[in-house]
Amino acid sequence: MQTKRMTFSNSWLPYALLAPQVIVTLIFFIWPASQALYQSFLRQDIFGLRTTFVWFDNFNRLFADPLYLNSLTVTFWFSVGTTVLSMSVALLFAVMVNRMIRSRDSYTTFLVWPYAVAPAIAGVLWWFIFNPSIGIMPYMLKGFGYDWNHRSSSTDAMILVIIAAAWKQISYNFLFFLAGLQSIPQSLIEAAAIDGASRFKRFWTIIFPLLSPITFFLMVVNIVYAMFDTFGVIHATTEGGPAQATNILVYKVYRDGFVNLNLGSSAAQSVILMGIVIVLTVIQFRYIERRVNY
Amino acid sequence: MASITMDNLGKVYTGNVRAVSDVNIDIADGEMIVLVGPSGCGKSTLLRMVAGLETITEGTLKIGDRVVNQLEPADRDIAMVFQNYALYPHMTVFNNLAYGLKNRGFKKDEIDRRVREAAAMLEIGQFLDRKPRQLSGGQRQRVAMGRALVREPAAFLFDEPLSNLDAKLRVQMRVEIRQLQKRLATTSLYVTHDQLEALTMADRLVVLNGGRIEQIGTPMEVYLRPATTFVAGFIGSPAMNMLPAAYLSGLVAADAFAHIPVAADLVGLRPEDLSLAPAGEGEISLTGQLMLLEPAGAESHLHLTFEGIKDTIIARLPHVPDVQEGSHLTFSIRRDKLHPFDCNTGKRVA
Repeated sequence: MQTKRMTFSNSWLPYALLAPQVIVTLIFFIWPASQALYQSFLRQDIFGLRTTFVWFDNFNRLFADPLYLNSLTVTFWFSVGTTVLSMSVALLFAVMVNRMIRSRDSYTTFLVWPYAVAPAIAGVLWWFIFNPSIGIMPYMLKGFGYDWNHRSSSTDAMILVIIAAAWKQISYNFLFFLAGLQSIPQSLIEAAAIDGASRFKRFWTIIFPLLSPITFFLMVVNIVYAMFDTFGVIHATTEGGPAQATNILVYKVYRDGFVNLNLGSSAAQSVILMGIVIVLTVIQFRYIERRVNY
Repeated sequence: MASITMDNLGKVYTGNVRAVSDVNIDIADGEMIVLVGPSGCGKSTLLRMVAGLETITEGTLKIGDRVVNQLEPADRDIAMVFQNYALYPHMTVFNNLAYGLKNRGFKKDEIDRRVREAAAMLEIGQFLDRKPRQLSGGQRQRVAMGRALVREPAAFLFDEPLSNLDAKLRVQMRVEIRQLQKRLATTSLYVTHDQLEALTMADRLVVLNGGRIEQIGTPMEVYLRPATTFVAGFIGSPAMNMLPAAYLSGLVAADAFAHIPVAADLVGLRPEDLSLAPAGEGEISLTGQLMLLEPAGAESHLHLTFEGIKDTIIARLPHVPDVQEGSHLTFSIRRDKLHPFDCNTGKRVA
């Protein structure tokens, strides 16, 4: 693509035009980020009277802390679970809706609604559905002989937060998958049908590989979502419990900083999160440029 | 190898939209039939009904001795070449060709043999490891052909396979497809809107209009004796001129029309049947004013107006004459070259 080089007669005009964006970035991103970075090198005593500069000591302590390592593992499984669940359900829905003709638009509209629900509300919704005393799901599961209690079972708690977090994201993934499916030329599917591929085989050998750029893009987006945007879900359902079973990194940043008032450690944790999100973004841009694998 | 029999085939979409009606075509084993017609005439729908990509709502379709109305595309033993080639973009050329064989459970060495054989035949052997996007239009077209060839099907179906190529390549591929089809002697059904492709490639061509067959015949039959005014206007370029019979009979003695039935009220003249020579035995002469001379190198098109006739009449001469625009020219045409039609039914009379 050719880019046109603009020339301005007035030398300060381009700076003035850029200024609003630069100011917003400085105030809302660069300044807090540098504050976090600075804080992560500091340690306060318990009464907040004395602050010492401790270099990387906060980070060293974190990686020696079994609770933090546990949180890393929890975050890993939570992200994987949320991503896999939301993407596979979304793909299933997209394939089914794509086969409809007249009702396609109305189903699409309905399936997008959950995306408008705030994470905290989604959390509360699922908290009610899975509530061990009044929820409908534990009641039904009891019929199958399963005693659901996410207040005591760490597995149940993890499943609950994964479902609550994934539910909201299904809409988003669904839209992308549907668009992807619609961009696959019908003649390719027809050619495969003539080539003797069953419906199932057509999906896995033609459609799914052609969706791979979208799948990859969504995978990164979903991991980022699960790691950074699910605070509300956790806070409204399990609050990181039971026994740290759902204490993901973002939630731990909040707990350690604002509940346990260990600001130095909390800042160090957010710096680590910042690092992770930078890496993920780099991966995404790197691969999106040559994401077309065919 | 098989014949294809279409018996009263018809297609009605839901909502009572009729696309194809009363199609009867018998395609002999090894024959190349070209379906030709303007866009929206139902030719692609008919082809897709044969392929099994559209359901058949009326009539029966037989491939060989089997009625295939209810069979899946994969079970009809046909191969199709699509307009946009429909190559699998994520597979190499080799895998594109091998896909249909793999799905049918062929052995690895048999697949390998067939793919290499087809690739050699189409001269795409050196591209087997490439992806479709690394190929030119002509090469993709060959791969699409190859995918049909390796299967060794009972019939080939072509859906406007040359329309995405540039003019030069189109002529070249046209010849290659025809030669290949003759060599393999595989029954073929070829859809095109290009009358030149239709005339040059077909054993027999089927002219469709509005979902109905207007005429079936060899290219020369259709060209020399168009059955309807539609066929007369569609096949041949420039299109056949149409004159009211009354105009001609006013010009010449009544006996000049002795061979034309009274029912004919419309007479067609092919542009190339008009010549600038004076009328001789068995010919009639017509005088018109030259409005535009289009020289085209080896030939020329003369746009003429005849007094009392609204439409422009076109004459096609095998040379570029030395005449002035605006001058009056006298043409002659052999009487047996006149095509009489009934303007109410559009059908040819005699």
